[in-house]
Parts: sequence; C-alpha cells; structure tokens
Amino acid sequence: MTTRAAISSDALLLKRRKKLVPWLFVLPTLVVILSVTIFPTVYSLGLSLFKWEATLQDKPFVGLDNYIRLFSDSRFLHSLWVTAVLVVVGVFLELVLGFALALFLISDKRPHRSIVALLLLPVMVMPVVVGYTWRLLWDAQYGPINQMIGWVIGRPFQYTWLGKTNTAIFAILVTEIWQWTPFMFLIFYSGLSSLDQELFDAAKIDGASTWGQIRHLSVPLMRPIIAVAVLIRSLDAIKAFDLVYTLTGGGPGSSTETLSFYIYKVGFQFFRLGYAAAMAFLLLIVLSVLLTYLMRYLKAIWQ
Amino acid sequence: MNRKTRDTLSQALRTCVYVIVLAFFLFPILWIIATAFKSGGEFLQSPPVWIPRTPNLSSFRHAVQVGGLNALASSLIIALSTTVLSLIVGSLAGYGMARYRVGGDNLPFFVLSTRFMPAVAVIFPFLLLFRSLKWMDTYQALILLNLTFNLPYAVWMMRSFFLEVPREIEESALVDGTSPFGAFWKVAIPLVAPGLIATGVFCFIFSWSEFFFALSLSHTRVVPLSVFLPNFFGKMMIQWGAVGAMSTIAMVPLFALSLLVQRYLVRGLTMGAVK
Repeated sequence: MTTRAAISSDALLLKRRKKLVPWLFVLPTLVVILSVTIFPTVYSLGLSLFKWEATLQDKPFVGLDNYIRLFSDSRFLHSLWVTAVLVVVGVFLELVLGFALALFLISDKRPHRSIVALLLLPVMVMPVVVGYTWRLLWDAQYGPINQMIGWVIGRPFQYTWLGKTNTAIFAILVTEIWQWTPFMFLIFYSGLSSLDQELFDAAKIDGASTWGQIRHLSVPLMRPIIAVAVLIRSLDAIKAFDLVYTLTGGGPGSSTETLSFYIYKVGFQFFRLGYAAAMAFLLLIVLSVLLTYLMRYLKAIWQ
Repeated sequence: MNRKTRDTLSQALRTCVYVIVLAFFLFPILWIIATAFKSGGEFLQSPPVWIPRTPNLSSFRHAVQVGGLNALASSLIIALSTTVLSLIVGSLAGYGMARYRVGGDNLPFFVLSTRFMPAVAVIFPFLLLFRSLKWMDTYQALILLNLTFNLPYAVWMMRSFFLEVPREIEESALVDGTSPFGAFWKVAIPLVAPGLIATGVFCFIFSWSEFFFALSLSHTRVVPLSVFLPNFFGKMMIQWGAVGAMSTIAMVPLFALSLLVQRYLVRGLTMGAVK
C-alpha cells in the first residue's frame, strides 16, 4: 500500500514537473517581452493622461485632455494626412509595380536568378543610407536627377525638389517605392513560382488569354500572400520616420512630417511627453487594427 | 513576320525592360558608392560628375579620422549582442512553443504581434527610466531596446523551424534518459542550424539598420553608423564624400550577408508566411 502511494505521488510530481518544464523554455522570453514592450506601452498610456512637460514643476493629471487637444492640432492632423498618403499611395504602388515585375520575370523562360538577386539590393540598404543617398540624387545642384532632366529638355535645370511641399512628398514617395517595390516583387515572385503550373496549362488549353489567366488564376490564388505582403508593408509604412528625417527633416516647414516624426519632435524637442504619449497611443490603436488582420491571415496560412 | 523573328524581337524587348528596371533600382546604390571615391571638389561639382576621374580614398580617410571606425565598432557590438541574445532566448521559447505547445495557438501570435510595436510607443517610458539609471548613451540601453523587435521575431522564426523538424529523434533521446534541455540543445538545435543562422542574419540586419532608438538614446559615447551619418550634414555644407564613404561601409556587409541567406530571404522577410 505504502509503496503504491509513494509511486503514485512520485508520478504526480513527475507529471507536474513535466508540465512545468515547457514553461521554463518560454519564461525568459515572456519576462523580456513583458518588460520591454508591454510595460512601457502601459506606462505610455498612463503618461498620456498627464500634462508631462519638462518646463513644469509638477505634472498634473489631466484625464483625456491630451487626446481632446489632438483634434484641434492642425500639425497633428496634417501629419496623419502625410502618413496616410505614404501608406495608401506608397504601398499601393509598391504592390502594383512589384506584382507586375514578378509576372514579367515569371513569364520569361530564361533563368533570371542574378536579376532577382540584384533587384533585392535596395531592401538590404539601411533606411538612413537610402534617405541620404536620395537626398543627394534629388539635390538641386549636385544631383543627377536635375542633370538628366536638363539633358532631356536641352537646357540646365535646377529644381529644389525637397524644398517645395508637393515635390517633397513626391520625392519621399519615390524613395519609399524604390526601396520597397523589390520587397513586394520578391514575395510575389516566389509566390507565383510555387503556384501549380497545371492550372495554367489547363487554362491555356481552354483558350484563356494572358490577362484572363492573371485575373482569374494568379490574383485569386495569391490573395493570402498579397494580403500578408500589403499588411506587413503597411505596418512599417505607418511608422515611417527614417526617410522623412533624412530626406526632408519634415520640411519645408512641417509639411512632410509623418505621425512618428511629429511625435518624436513633440517628445524630444519640445519635451511634452504627455502629449507625445497620447499621439503614440493613437498610433498604437490604428496599428492593432492592421495587426488583427495580419494575424488572421497568418493563422489561416499556418493552419 | 515569322515566329523566329517575333521571338527574337520579344526577347530584345524583354532585355530592354530588364536594363531599365535594373538601372532604376541599382543607380542610387552605384551613385553613392561612386560618391565615396570622388575627390575633394568632385562631389561638389554642378552639374555632377558621374564617374570619379581619379578614384581615391580621401573621403574614407576623412570619415575614419572623425570617428568612422568607432561608429562601425558600435554598430557591430550592438547588432552582434542583440543577435546573440535574441537567438538564445528566442530559440528556447520557439522550441517550447513548437514542441510542448506552450500557450497553445495564441501565445506565438501574441509574441509576434509585439514585433510590430511602434518605437514611439515605448520610447518615452524608457527615456525616463534610462535617465534615472544613467543609462543614456550606453550599449546596454540600445541592446535592450533592439530586443523589443528582434526577440519576438526570433521566437516566431525559430518556432517555425522547429515545427518542421520531426520530433521522433528528440523523443527517442528523451526515452534514453536525456533531459528536456539536453534534447533541445544536443538534438534539436543541430537539426535547425541553417534556420538558426538565417534568423540570426536577419536579426543582425534589423539591428544594424535601426535608427529611431539609436537617435533617441545616443549622444557622444555610443554612436552606431545610423546616427553617425547625420554628422556630416553641417549648417553650411554637406560632406557628401564622407557620407558616401560611410554609406558604403554600412551597406557592403549587409549585401554580403544577404547573399548568405538568399534561400531564406522570402521566408525571413514575410515572417514565414511565404516559403
């Protein structure tokens, strides 16, 4: 009797230990993630409820005041607009160009591995370098873009692309598209090459045109991959900071400030941490909506 | 037109498109590298000179003189430490989630979602914390913040690699009396070695390129490449030669690394959604 009881309690202990061991693998990660992302985010939320400014002696609790003030802050509203342009127009053009490029390479029977490898280089360049490189390219005096336009129109051309609001946003868009179209291309290229070729052969026998094949086969089959690519890009573009900082510094004036850039300025140059935290929290809410969709697609792909 | 000439024509047309596309995507990279090798006045000539007449290293020398090598070393220290930490902590968790299904389906997705946390949402509490700890301008501060996006990434990627390895080998090791950790370290890790290396390369690339945290926390002591570059932008003039030199130094290692993980590129960039 006693031995059996001892065995069963031993087994119980072993079972409990077996349950505990798996958690030991995950524990360090949970500790780090909770302390470096969850805790500061919650703290930020708290910060956003205070009038926390470096110049103030005490930092009074103001409730939702910071959030209410946002709606009458034209600089904030404008930064939302710039961010939206970058996300919607930028990611859309990257998607279209990347997909077109992928279709173009797939339809070529010759091998093109080196072309793919070369096309990918922009993705690997650090964004700060991308920003400064394009700042030089756009430069009114020292930039080759004006020079080439001059060759076409037959007289010297000097335009300060980054000095005028409209062309500054345009320049940021082109730069963004330059860096991330290859990203889209790579995803679609490998997605398209993994599609079942027999479907396309069958469609061809049925007399489907190239355009028909793209519309009724490639695009529907690629839908989850397109969704993931667009969501990952949008999640990054909505945080756009590096390119704006390096290309225009938010200028001219504050006309090309993105949300992240404005938050950075409010926090680090004006030291109004409460207000900056309120904006950051708003950004977080928009992000989590996009994230929910991304997770849904990833779950579908993984299961 | 017979079929043969039409084929040749379409091939020629294709080649034209390739040339235009490649020119667009490679021109900026080639331009900044060429700028690095231009002499003193050449990068300040208008209209610009395309190919340096007497390629020389004076811009590299200048960049090194003002602390370029320190910046390179800082970037290396930060990126390597972040990578090693992410791999150790992340592969443990990835293993736990893949083999023991810790946290079921939701925990892995929750961990991955923290990868997308905006930097501006976490920076202000850390700013206050690091100020009181006197951690501003230190390696540990930057490494810790780089973990915010690299650790979730490493966990997620390693989990997907572990899921692909058959568990039978580990199970037989466990039956033979190996501890769970032994099975992880001696059996599973060697099996996922290529995936581990690929994940590490991506973590390295991400932290090497990181700008926002570095800009927020570094001043004079710990200055990685991304925040060293803006130094060449003076009020009066921009030292484009040195910008080119440092940009080249920052770019080339990543190009080399990306060749190393060519096979895992899509998988690494899409969080494993596309293989």
